[in-house]
Parts: sequence; C-alpha cells; structure tokens
Amino acid sequence: MLRIEGLVKKYRTGDAALRGVDLEVGKGEVIGLIGPSGAGKSTLIRCVNRLVEPSGGRIFLGDEELTAMSGGALRRARRRIGMIFQEYALVERLTVMENVLSGRLGYVGFWASYFRRFPPEDVERAFATLDRVGLIDHVDKRADALSGGQRQRVGIARALVQSPELLLIDEPTASLDPKTSRQVMRLLLELCQERGLAAIVNIHDVMLAQMFLPRIVGLRAGEVVYDGPADGLTPEVLTRIYGEEDWSKTGPQEDAEDRHPATPMPRVDEIAAEAP
Amino acid sequence: MSTVAAAGYPRAWRKPPFFRNRTLKWALVAGAVVYLLLALASVEVNWARLSEGAGRAARLFSGFLTPDFVSRWGDIWQGLIESLTMTVTSTVAGILLSVPIALGAARNLAPWWLYGICRGIIALARVFQEIIIAIFFVAMVGFGPFAGFLTLSLSTIGFLAKLLADDIEEADPSQVEAVRATGASWWQTVDYAIASQVMPRLIGLSAYRFDINFRESAVVGIVGAGGIGATLNTALDRYEFDSAAAILLIIIGIVMLCEYGSGLIRKRIQ
Repeated sequence: MLRIEGLVKKYRTGDAALRGVDLEVGKGEVIGLIGPSGAGKSTLIRCVNRLVEPSGGRIFLGDEELTAMSGGALRRARRRIGMIFQEYALVERLTVMENVLSGRLGYVGFWASYFRRFPPEDVERAFATLDRVGLIDHVDKRADALSGGQRQRVGIARALVQSPELLLIDEPTASLDPKTSRQVMRLLLELCQERGLAAIVNIHDVMLAQMFLPRIVGLRAGEVVYDGPADGLTPEVLTRIYGEEDWSKTGPQEDAEDRHPATPMPRVDEIAAEAP
Repeated sequence: MSTVAAAGYPRAWRKPPFFRNRTLKWALVAGAVVYLLLALASVEVNWARLSEGAGRAARLFSGFLTPDFVSRWGDIWQGLIESLTMTVTSTVAGILLSVPIALGAARNLAPWWLYGICRGIIALARVFQEIIIAIFFVAMVGFGPFAGFLTLSLSTIGFLAKLLADDIEEADPSQVEAVRATGASWWQTVDYAIASQVMPRLIGLSAYRFDINFRESAVVGIVGAGGIGATLNTALDRYEFDSAAAILLIIIGIVMLCEYGSGLIRKRIQ
C-alpha cells in the first residue's frame, strides 16, 4: 500500500534527518514507529505527504509515486492521506464542525469552502464521523473550548472525513494523560480496523506501543534499526534503538510519570513553495 | 540543610554582568551624560519671543473657554463632512489594498520574489511622513480632499500591511500544516488556517487606523488636502481663535468617540 525506498532527508543546515529508510506498510496494516527524540520519526511521516520535501529516495502510495508529484496531483494525493498531530493542530478559532469539514477542502472549490457551503454528503459524513468519535453534542463549539482528549478526537474526525486510505499519526498521545492516551489509542485502532485503514503511528511511549500495535519499527539517527513484532522488543533491541538504559525497570508506573515532553516540530517546508 | 553547609557550597551568587569590562561600562555612561548636557546647552531659547508668544497662547486658550460654533458653522460643517468622507473612503481603500499586500509580504506564505516586491511597497509607503506625502499629492492632483484621500490610503497601507504581514508571519504554523495536509489549496489554507488566526488583529488594527486617519485628515488639511484641517488653518490665519477652538473641540470629541468605538470592537472580538 505504502512503499518507501531509500528515503533520505538532509536539512539545509546539513543535518541528515533520514539516511536511507526502507519501509513497506500493507493495506490495513497499523505500525508503530518508535525511537528517541530527533531520530527522524516526525520527518519520516511528513515526507510521506510531502509537508517536508525529501532529498532522496522514492515513496509510492499504491501504484502512484508521491515523490514525483507536484501541484494539483500532490493535493489530490494528500486527500488520500489523513494526518493526526501531537498538539492536535486544530484551527483554534474555528468551530468543531469547520475543523472537521476542513478535511474535505481537497474535494471542494475555493468559493464553496469560503462560504462554508459544503456538499450535503460531506456535511452528513462530518456529522456521522463526529458521532462516531463521540462529539456530536459539540458541533458548534469553538475548538479552543474543548479538552485535550476532545480536541484530539476532532483531529481524528478531520483526518477521517478525508476518506483516507492511510493515516499518518504523529505522537497522538504525547499531550494527553495516561488514561486518555489509552482511550485515544483504542479509538484509533478501532477506526483503522472498521475502515481497513493503514497507519503509521509515531509514538514515544514504548509500553503503549507494545500494548496496541502488533508491528513496531525502531528508528535511530535516521535509520531503521528494528522492524518486527511488538513482543520482539527485548532489552537488547531497546538498547539498539534508544541507547544504554536499565530496561527491566520500565513498568507502567514509571511510564506514567516519565511522560515524554513535546518534541519540537520538524522544519516543515513553507507553504510559500505552493503559492499560486 | 546541614549536609549542604558541610559540602562547602558558596553562599553568595551574583548575576553575570552585561559588560565584562567595568572601565568600558563607566566610559559609556559618562559619555552619554556629557552628550546630553552639551545637547541641552546648545538648544537656544529666545526669552523675549517666548514672553510675547505667551500672550497669544493665552488668547488661544481663552478662545477655548468661549468656543464659537455658530459664525463659521457652514465652513466647519463642510470641513467635517469632507474629513469624515476622506477618513471612511481612505480607510476602506487602505484595508482592501493592505490585505493582498500583507499576504505577499508574509515570508511564510509568499515566494521570495513576491515577498521582496510587497515588502518594498510597504517600505515605500512608510518612508515619508503623512504631511510630506500630502504635499506631494496636492502638487499632483491639486487642492482638495482627493489629495487627502490618496495620502491617507497610502499611509494606511504602510501601517496596516506591515502589521498584518508581521502577524501572519507569527501565525501558528501547526494549524497551517494541518490544513495543508488535507489537500487544501493555497487560498483555502489562507482562508482556514491564516484568516481565522489574524482576523481579530485585522479588525482591531482597522478600527485603530480609522481613528488615526481621522486625526491625520485634520493635519493633512493644513497643507491643502481639504477637510477640517483646511477649515482650522483658515480660522487660525484669520486669528479667529474662538472658531479654531470650536473646531479643535469637535476634533477631540470625534477622536474620543472613535477611540471608544474601536475599544468596544476590540473587546467584542478575540
């Protein structure tokens, strides 16, 4: 479904974020991408929908080569890839409904979206999706009036109304408390199963990853150092991914306290490059 | 506590100094003081002229106590209407022109060549003070409110486009990224992710610029660009301080009204 071949990303400052990553994700397959901060996890998923411009390598979604696209073709390809963000990235001053409908922007013309006149099927789909994530009562609230867990569910709904085939999920739980984290992960997994969606989930929390995700890919300094089942994450493997540490003491207790802070956003290429 | 004391840690700490060199620091301070004293000493004050002018100032201020709204009311009314027309039209025209220029002058939205052009337009509009621009336009299109309209529109662009562009550059990039990721076009991204973030500031700045423009309309009138400023200038030339006082009071009243109104608007949004 998604095939990444020899993906390289060098930033203009000279730091190499990705050094030849190969990865294949099957249809409906959900994988967890783990690794220390700065390993290139966020850069990797942003190269897939070309928010970050890869410096080398090729990416295929189905039969189409994403890395060869530009302009309208790229925007049409982005519609097939939903993205969910760590800090939710909702448009704070817009209503929940506007945020969810913004997932349809790739399908409607400018004036229709400007006057918020989306086709009836889109509006129906947005209501249905909001109902599915349990936010049907918050349709007209402003996004900044919601709690963290609710916001993340709006973010999920926005990605789902795109009718994507693939979800890119960037640290979905890093800003949430342990209980909400589990609820959000469970919801994501259910949704992927219901709709047969493939997903790449960037996640810091190894416990959470092992609990929910059958296949784990470990990234270290821009290279894949592990690709296998979640129960193959032995202390040796974790050391290979993260470096030396006493892994035997990683229990659920410590995990809750030791929540990883927000990671800095990778340097996304400015939208200026896409100006008409 | 006792373990800390036993370890023998220092008990005093000072913030690292800004100037590492103390001599340099005091030399700079002394230099600044000497320059200030010399500068003050060089300002010539003509005490004779000052005492003469005091009488005229007293007459002007006594005019304020007996403002005459009646004898020049026709002129005042016409000047006011001209000024308000100038203010409204130039504010609207300024906003309409500022928004596209601001979009082009935001580094995170525009390609570099467009950025250069738009920042250039803004810089050009900001280089000269309103009076100088007004003199230029009066020379170009003749006396009257049209020159004032052009002047104020141009300075509105310099003001609004710059502040709006800076605000757009500070907009939260993650919201922009998220909207782009859905496959939205450039214009749709600007509409959803940027407009919603900068709209409160745009409205607030526009309301603020409206009252600046009214005040400026009084100033540019003095150099021949029409409006209440021209009326005020005539009254002062004729030593009709009571009429001048009436005009000033009306300007103060309207500016205060504008200020109150824009305060209300700014409170409503956000």
